Amino acid sequence: MRTFKKGGIHPPENKITADIGIEILPTPDIVTILLSQHLGKPAKPVVKKKQKVKKGQLIAEADGFISAHIHATTSGMVKSIDERVSSPAGQFSQAVVIESDGQEEWADGLNIDIDYESLSREEKLRKIQDAGIVGMGGAGFPAHVKLNPPPEKKVDTFILNGAECEPFLTTDHRLMLEKPEEILKGLDIAASFFDKDIKVYIGIEANKADAIKIMEERTQGTRFEVVPLKAKFPQGCEKQLINTVTGRVLAEGQLPFDVGCLVHNVATIYAIYEAVAKNKPLIERVFTVSGMEINSRKNLRATLGTKITDIVDYCGGVTDEINQVIVGGPMMGKAQFTFDVPITKTTSGILFINNRGLERSRERACIRCGKCVEVCPQGLQPWIMTDLARLNQFELLPAYGLNDCMECGSCTFVCPANRDIVHWIKYAKVMNTRQKR
Amino acid sequence: MTTQTRQLTVSHAPFVRSGDSIEKVMYTVALALLPAIAAAIYYFGLRSLWVTLTSVISCIVFEFLINKIRKKDLTCFDGSAIVTGLLLSLNVPAGLPFWMVIFGSFAAIVIAKELFGGLGYNIFNPVLVARVFLLISFPAEMTAWVVPHSVDMVTAASPLGLLKTEGLSAIANISYWKLFMGEIGGSMGETSALAILIGALLLYAKGYIKLKIPLTFIATTFLFTGLFYLIDPSKYASPVFHLLSGGLMLGAFFMATDWVTSPMLARGQIIFGFGCGLLTGIIRLFGGYPEGVAFSILIMNALVPLLDKWDLNSIAKGRRAH
Repeated sequence: MRTFKKGGIHPPENKITADIGIEILPTPDIVTILLSQHLGKPAKPVVKKKQKVKKGQLIAEADGFISAHIHATTSGMVKSIDERVSSPAGQFSQAVVIESDGQEEWADGLNIDIDYESLSREEKLRKIQDAGIVGMGGAGFPAHVKLNPPPEKKVDTFILNGAECEPFLTTDHRLMLEKPEEILKGLDIAASFFDKDIKVYIGIEANKADAIKIMEERTQGTRFEVVPLKAKFPQGCEKQLINTVTGRVLAEGQLPFDVGCLVHNVATIYAIYEAVAKNKPLIERVFTVSGMEINSRKNLRATLGTKITDIVDYCGGVTDEINQVIVGGPMMGKAQFTFDVPITKTTSGILFINNRGLERSRERACIRCGKCVEVCPQGLQPWIMTDLARLNQFELLPAYGLNDCMECGSCTFVCPANRDIVHWIKYAKVMNTRQKR
Repeated sequence: MTTQTRQLTVSHAPFVRSGDSIEKVMYTVALALLPAIAAAIYYFGLRSLWVTLTSVISCIVFEFLINKIRKKDLTCFDGSAIVTGLLLSLNVPAGLPFWMVIFGSFAAIVIAKELFGGLGYNIFNPVLVARVFLLISFPAEMTAWVVPHSVDMVTAASPLGLLKTEGLSAIANISYWKLFMGEIGGSMGETSALAILIGALLLYAKGYIKLKIPLTFIATTFLFTGLFYLIDPSKYASPVFHLLSGGLMLGAFFMATDWVTSPMLARGQIIFGFGCGLLTGIIRLFGGYPEGVAFSILIMNALVPLLDKWDLNSIAKGRRAH
């Protein structure tokens, strides 16, 4: 079975929710829609307090090239526009708070069937841009920018990322099982932006045998090829997936289209289908609720702006042992300091865990075992970067590939000295950016 | 309790760990040393066990005292002091007076390890520092090798010692089989190549040793001594004899592979192993001491920061060129 060349680990999979169907979480009375749910500049609000809005109506406009539109996720009245709401990414962002009227009334011309096959490339791209779609695997890069690379970059390979290598998460897995037709149509739409002879691959980790089977059945006789991948973290990272499927290697600073590739995540492709074929902006998403400290574990489809408190209530509350709430997976997710955080376009999972054991173990000196070097999928030297960062020698790190590190956490996972390698690397990145200013 | 009043811990990803720890690694190494200790007890009698216990306990006590003096968290039970103690006992003759064993533990833990900053910061292999310390301080006691299966700790020279002082004829009747099994004079743990290989196999299976170092080490010694054997077999001992006698096996698999004091990267490891092997060969054939494993590893330990720096500079250069 195919896998990427360098490094990688195999953390316990814990895909507890793999067999549980997607459940719809009712829209709460109040939704808090963050205006920064993507990479790039936050969107600018175009609605006022007390204004009535319909579901899917534009409430904030993209600000600049790398930015994305934000839409009302339910119908009702704008209760307030708050300046500092904590986001699951650990920052503060402006947010539009909408009080739902319970009608779920769509704005005109949205959520309808469209004969999209006759649309031109520009019209389809426009729809994707208008729908505010961003990379839903976690990066949040605006999809219309990614689908429209500079003309001098020839893209010959399109990869659907169904690896979902993070433990616990089963979002893409469930989507592939429950919406295979829609995903393949979305893939068709996305591939239509490129040359007719573009190669289209569907990469799925082998631990999702049922999804591989379904996708293989549905792609019989089409130009799509399903590629089963060895279950190994971080198989779902763009660079590793490209390496696995095509053998190509991205150098530091290179983007996928520099090596002729484009990768989109399953959830994003599904959103693209809904935007183009149904005129539906991105106002809801599927995510996994898991971990040992929540009373029922589910795959949920929820309105963006639903708070974690609402989700906890719906899932029967948390246990007394909980001490961490993670948005994302356990390898690359973010720990929250409060339950009072709304979900966004990039929320692929929420984990409720008890990690007190980890908290108590001390960071020791590096014993130079070399395991971090062995597992680094980017072939870096995490140990020396950690040593230098601890000595505040941040400017020395880029020479060893600091910016080539995507913070997958494999090094920290294996470190017997319990060193917070990723933490130090991230810290060094922040300090270097600060010094440049 | 509502979600509002709960305290959440904010920490950095990843939120899962492999469960590997310094303790786990160290206790596995200790386990891998048990065959060699069993061989020592078998060949040199029960006193071997007392030497081992003295060495282990004194290492733990010294580490505990230093932790207290430096006002640091207790590291005396993380297993590294135990491994140091076990290895130290395997590096001395079974008849060494107990107070000298304790002195050796002091040299290893206090001087070679803790004065440099503790586990992870020591430049030189603590056990080898202690062995050389003892060898220079008490040359007579440190070369009084116990004859295997002797009733009252009769001592004699080791095969390498015989070779150095009395020449090739003195070792003519020592069979390779005896050398391999360990039925010869020598320090407690170094005589039985078999016991060492069993332990090394466990470490290799667990992924705790990188084979590049021991293999280049042993191969270099073998080829170097083999070259001279080919030139004049009437003057030089065979490479197989050199391979199986003295501390080569123990040194190559358990000392030179010590993570903290060996290079991180492949090229450095190969140069390190080659240097150890070459120096061992030179000291054995032309040096004043019959055995050179400890000295050669210590000398190469000193070069490790340089080797690492060289490898890192090459990496940085490669990245820039890209």
